[in-house]
Amino acid sequence: MKETNDVILHMVTKVVVFIILTLAIYLFIAGHNQPGGGFISGLVLSSAFVLLYLSFDVETVNSGLPLNFVVVAAVGVFLSVTTGFLAIFNGKSFLTHTFTSKTFPLIGKTEMGTVTLFEAGVSLAVVGVVVTIILGISEDV
Amino acid sequence: MLTINLAIFIPFLAAIFIPFINNRFKQTHIGWFILVVPVVLFIALLRFIPTIARGETYINSSQWIPSYGIEFTTYLDGLSMIFGLLITGIGSLVILYSIYYLSTKESLTHFYIYLLLFMGAMLGVIFSDNLMALYVFWELTSISSFLLIAFWYHRKQSRYGAKKSLLITVSGGFAMLASFIMIYAMTGTLSIREIASSIDSISDHALFIPALILLLIGAFTKSAQFPFHIWLPDAMEAPTPVSAYLHSATMVKAGIYLVARFTPIFGGGDLWFWLVSGVGIITLFVGSFFAVKQTDLKALLAYSTVSQLGMIMSMLGFGSAALHAGYSPKSVVYTQAVFAALFHLVNHSTFKGALFMVIGIIDLQMGTRDIRRLGGLISLMPVSFTIAMIGSFSMAGLPPFNGFLSKEMFFTSALNVSNLDIFSLNTWGTLFSVIAWGASVFTFVYCMIIVFKTFFGEYKGRHHENKQFEPPIGMLISPIILGLFVVGIFFFPNLVGKYLIYPALGHIFPSMTLQLDAYSITAWHGFNTELMMTIAIVLVGGFLYLTLHRWRGVYRLFPETRSFDAVYNHSLSGMEKGSAKLTKLYMTGFLRDYLVYIYLFLVAVTGGVFIYTGAFSFDLSQDSPVSSYEWIFVVIILTAGFAILFAKSRLTAILLNGVIGFSIAFFFVLFRAPDLALTQTIIETVTTVLFLLCFYFLPEWKKESSPPSSKITNMLISVAVGLIFIVIGLSVNSGNLFEQVSLFFEDADELAGGNNIVNAILGDFRAFDTMLEVVVLFIGGIGVYSILKLKKWKGEENIEGD
Repeated sequence: MKETNDVILHMVTKVVVFIILTLAIYLFIAGHNQPGGGFISGLVLSSAFVLLYLSFDVETVNSGLPLNFVVVAAVGVFLSVTTGFLAIFNGKSFLTHTFTSKTFPLIGKTEMGTVTLFEAGVSLAVVGVVVTIILGISEDV
Repeated sequence: MLTINLAIFIPFLAAIFIPFINNRFKQTHIGWFILVVPVVLFIALLRFIPTIARGETYINSSQWIPSYGIEFTTYLDGLSMIFGLLITGIGSLVILYSIYYLSTKESLTHFYIYLLLFMGAMLGVIFSDNLMALYVFWELTSISSFLLIAFWYHRKQSRYGAKKSLLITVSGGFAMLASFIMIYAMTGTLSIREIASSIDSISDHALFIPALILLLIGAFTKSAQFPFHIWLPDAMEAPTPVSAYLHSATMVKAGIYLVARFTPIFGGGDLWFWLVSGVGIITLFVGSFFAVKQTDLKALLAYSTVSQLGMIMSMLGFGSAALHAGYSPKSVVYTQAVFAALFHLVNHSTFKGALFMVIGIIDLQMGTRDIRRLGGLISLMPVSFTIAMIGSFSMAGLPPFNGFLSKEMFFTSALNVSNLDIFSLNTWGTLFSVIAWGASVFTFVYCMIIVFKTFFGEYKGRHHENKQFEPPIGMLISPIILGLFVVGIFFFPNLVGKYLIYPALGHIFPSMTLQLDAYSITAWHGFNTELMMTIAIVLVGGFLYLTLHRWRGVYRLFPETRSFDAVYNHSLSGMEKGSAKLTKLYMTGFLRDYLVYIYLFLVAVTGGVFIYTGAFSFDLSQDSPVSSYEWIFVVIILTAGFAILFAKSRLTAILLNGVIGFSIAFFFVLFRAPDLALTQTIIETVTTVLFLLCFYFLPEWKKESSPPSSKITNMLISVAVGLIFIVIGLSVNSGNLFEQVSLFFEDADELAGGNNIVNAILGDFRAFDTMLEVVVLFIGGIGVYSILKLKKWKGEENIEGD
């Protein structure tokens, strides 16, 4: 993606990207009880990154965001596979999730479970793969 | 008791940490850290010896995939004990040796990760009670062996040897897998212990014979038995520690383990007896006969390993005769054959390991291991000479080394088999003793070649005044320890017999009560036939060695072009050409053709199955009424769909396609599936971006100019696909074959701790599916990435060099 000189797009992107990123994090956390979840938040995250890459050029984004997305995808896959093994050490079958709920001040009743780690892995894998593919094709121009 | 389960995983866990350790301690040879793993495991196993010797066993099981009944059960008994000690014991010595053999300039992290991978997999093979777990570990040993043989991958020969060993052992593994599935079909269990207890009911089953043969193919390929032995000599391209460890002491003995483990299940019939002992004895002879011809010391040792493995295999075959008629005082002599097999297995690991290490030293110090360029090393390397002599004389079956004991026991068992009157042995049985004797003569000859051609005669290397020929003492420790074992076992054989081998015997012949007294090993039996055979071997073998140059021409009768290697090479290149032809036939390079294949297959298979099973039945009367909103979106989708057909530019088509996608998202909203709607919306956005990116590469948007006949075919296919999907959708909705998922909705909070049923399904109830989907997505991503990256390298210099 070549450098563009579109001032309006740049300005809008700078603001919108943060909104999208917030939405992605919201969707990830909300996924527990409401619509959302790892897969969707991964897609939203990647659309934020794709928007960045579209409006600025690859070098600029890379200098501010030094991420190798192949590694991100690999970390995601590793995370979701290894959370499955956690249960084995507990003597349960592969991929059994455990969860507990605690009441925190300010936030209220919050549930915590290994499923969150699993979903985080899914999310990272989706971001990594989607951005890798899109960047790969765009660099090929 | 978690220890045995853990023992398998410790090497794998250690392998994960290798790169980090290596980065942290760059100065130290990483082998020192790795050495801890096998030593600790070895000591941990030693602690079990007293209880195992009492005949007790340890079982430890944890669930793996409970819904399919696959459990991860480990089982420690006498038989797996022997192998476990070999794997960890020889493993420790080999790693110690490799610290001096491989310099820090080599990519040590790769080497040790592969080696630990192998160690864990091999421990998995011998400790697994579940057949499927055994199979997975079995193939993992093949893969790690492949990686280790190709360690010096810049050499063409290494790559050739690695590929050959992988192809042969993995295809054997497939045969074994088929056999396991047949065993499961016969007995309904995957546990080896449970199978062994239900043997009587399966021996008449129609699948019994195929399962037996396929299992043996698996064992024979792994243990390099004739005619699958051809991979082992080529595997010698691996670094010497690997040859000593995988290709003489442990991995090639996995086949022996399998045969021993399955003797109580399959043994006792004539087919098992003839296949195991027949193939074993042929391998013994072929291996020793062709070993004499070799000029490369490692190739010579490879053939000798082939031959020794054949010897062990044949003894296991002899022993299975004991199961023919059940227990009787007469059958003790045949169980002694199995005892001898296991005893020789241990002995072989000691003397062959020592020999490999010495030859690695010679190779490293002299720069060659070709016997035509070696000689006179006795005065330069006295320690190495002593170890080589101990190893070779033990292999040749001379006292006072452990090989003498097991060789005599081998002759005893071969002579006993000749006296059997079952399996039509009274006509052919004598052949066993004759071949055994003949093969031992050649064994004697090549052992003499190792000692005398290398260490005696004229020194042929260049002269260096101050060169240190004997390697550093650390490199000699491992072969010296093995050499001490070779001598030590000769003097105290019953220690090994009582604590290691006798406990294993009870698990090979579970139906018999075996008295320990029958299995004492003595060096001196008086002047019996066995001793006469040994003396004759020394005389004839010595004569043959001295006249070697006169009868060497015999080997010209076996030209390379007619060997099994040539068969392998021809069939491999034939298969490559054939599959290339077949692939070119249908891989046209046109996306349209591929879509046609996919759709035709889909219509034929899914449509066919639905019609065949009569599942196309639906009842519209029960369906809820279609609301006006739904009608609006149906009209929008239809309009957009038809408009694509008449679009003048590609951009219009892409946008119209997007209209369809977003309308579907609205349907999800109408049907109250917010998760799906969200996903669909975002997917549409991302794919539209992708489409726009690909815009540059797509060909010109123009009217199709194909003949009307193909247009009609395409139309028929697309209409058929659409119809099939509509009908399937309607049929699925009206049928109610499975438990309804929505029932989980009420329990989602208790079972998975979340109220969003969709995510509870994705992340918890069907997490295994999600995990595999993520992995598939990742594989797809890597595929796209590497295709795009590889394109750039096209035309650059060839990275392969010799």
